[in-house]
Amino acid sequence: MAGTDESMRGRLDRAFGGVLWLGMAAALLLVVLPLAAMVWTQVTGDWPRLMATAVDDAVVSSILLTMYCAVLATAIAMAFGLPAAYLLARHEFTGKELVESVLDVPVVIPHTVAGIALLTVLGRHGLIGAPLADVITFVDALPGAVAAMLFVSFPFFVNAAREGIAAVDPRLENVARTLGATRLEAVTLVTLPLAARSVLSGAVMTWARGVSEFGAVVIIAYYPMIAPTLIYERYIGHGLAASRPVAVMLIMTCLGVFLAMRVLSRRLFAYDRAP
Amino acid sequence: MIELREVTKSWQGFALEDIDLEVSEGEYLVVLGPSAAGKTLLLEMVAGLHSPDAGRIVIDGVDGSELPPERRQLGFVYQDYALFPHLTVLENVAFGARFGQGLAREDAGRTAQELLARVGVTDLADRSPMTLSGGERQRVALARALAAQPRVLLLDEPLSALDQTTRDELRALLRSIHRKTGVTVVHVTHDRSEAASLADRVAVMMEGRLVQTGTVEDVFSRPKTEAVARFVGVENRLTGTVTEVGEHTLSVRVGENELASSRIDRFAVDDKVRVYLRPENVTLLKRKPKSSARNQLPATVTSVEPLGHVQKVELDCGFTLVALVTPRSVEELGLAKGASVVASFKATAVHLLPY
Repeated sequence: MAGTDESMRGRLDRAFGGVLWLGMAAALLLVVLPLAAMVWTQVTGDWPRLMATAVDDAVVSSILLTMYCAVLATAIAMAFGLPAAYLLARHEFTGKELVESVLDVPVVIPHTVAGIALLTVLGRHGLIGAPLADVITFVDALPGAVAAMLFVSFPFFVNAAREGIAAVDPRLENVARTLGATRLEAVTLVTLPLAARSVLSGAVMTWARGVSEFGAVVIIAYYPMIAPTLIYERYIGHGLAASRPVAVMLIMTCLGVFLAMRVLSRRLFAYDRAP
Repeated sequence: MIELREVTKSWQGFALEDIDLEVSEGEYLVVLGPSAAGKTLLLEMVAGLHSPDAGRIVIDGVDGSELPPERRQLGFVYQDYALFPHLTVLENVAFGARFGQGLAREDAGRTAQELLARVGVTDLADRSPMTLSGGERQRVALARALAAQPRVLLLDEPLSALDQTTRDELRALLRSIHRKTGVTVVHVTHDRSEAASLADRVAVMMEGRLVQTGTVEDVFSRPKTEAVARFVGVENRLTGTVTEVGEHTLSVRVGENELASSRIDRFAVDDKVRVYLRPENVTLLKRKPKSSARNQLPATVTSVEPLGHVQKVELDCGFTLVALVTPRSVEELGLAKGASVVASFKATAVHLLPY
């Protein structure tokens, strides 16, 4: 009787393992199928056009511009996000939950709405755009694209950095200070290096989210044309055959960069694992 | 050198109330208390990691209550070492020398090497702290704290996470460091044997209050309260009545027995008292000796329990009495359940408190 029970439990256990792998396969399929189908169709159906796109100046400069804008957005997110992440990770204050919710708002609103909101503030007659009109232009300009990317990707950085900093034992900072380090030195020499993996991972996600942004960017900065806007424009103007090679180029380039950075961020700063 | 004056603090469910404490230069003070007594909070407050809600912390005659930790020159060692995992052992120790002493990188490295030699882990200099044993980590943590040349070393349960052998080695190392450097030490622990072997002075802390401060002998043999007596291991806690007050001693009736205690003026005949006697102070003999001990009670052994290097013997002498004796004594006296012995202890070992 006990043997039968054991064998039943063993079967259930194996079935549970099977369900886990099935779930993983379904998740992968969900992501990979449309992308692989698009790449496969392009590579096997119209290879010459893909090659022509690879050397098309408009496409190459658009992809480079996209990456550049995303790098700028990530840098700004890091500059403002690190202090915010540190405060959220280390301090309790009135209204903290509200601040956390507000910082997450860009994730939950439609990105066209984000674009309209940004246009309202950064436009030529906007709250920030008007006084800065002589110094910087956002509408149909690179700063506009950067601002849109920053707006939608900022939460990814703050959340990742906050979790990374919160995971660092605050007593390490305490000890650093009793050893004579100032608060700033303790944070920069102890806490941040130990949170670096999460911070870098957050930066990679922020960059990736910036590269993929279309809705907010297209409203505030149709020009200079970042890759998602170019793909949209070619699709509207010339159809699927003209837009797909650009999409394939963007995906291949970004996936390569994204994967490399993910691997790097996992391997570097792995202080919490004994060699 | 460090004075806490009426310090009060509430933080995350812990509360310290009216803490008055002085630590003299070069002293080894052990703050002894059960878990959740607020010992770590007290130490962190001295280090400047929390500000007192009320009261003052005076360092070298100057009010340092609001001084940031980096300006107090007080080294801190946590129970779980808190070594920087992203730095090597040498870099950890050099961190203390760089920021504590303001040394340049190379000089800090040299100082760190010397300190690693002093704590006996020179060969670990290039290792990651993550690869070290508990004892090795604690040695490195000590070296790092010393590298900053602290005025006071604050040790938070530094031996609690270690096995017995390593604990004994580290205890010897702490003694040696204290003797050689003369650094003032405030050491927090719940382990009374640690306090007994290291302390110049012991401060007993319970429920956020310092309940007794004194020498090891004072605290362990003359506890001020029932709770302290219980915590410091005074297992014989009896109730009696004063029957006679003599010139140097007084007599207390406990059950059918008369016990002699060194005279304390505040007691008079017929006062009800609590009687405290450490089990280590009870000697067991085959027959009544001609010794100077004033108390000699015929007793019957009711149980013998091995406790490692000593054995706990429970006796019936009209009341229950506990004695700690060596295994050799157990063998020589043939101590076993039912054996007849004489329990002997000095009048000075009997401590009285009002009932």
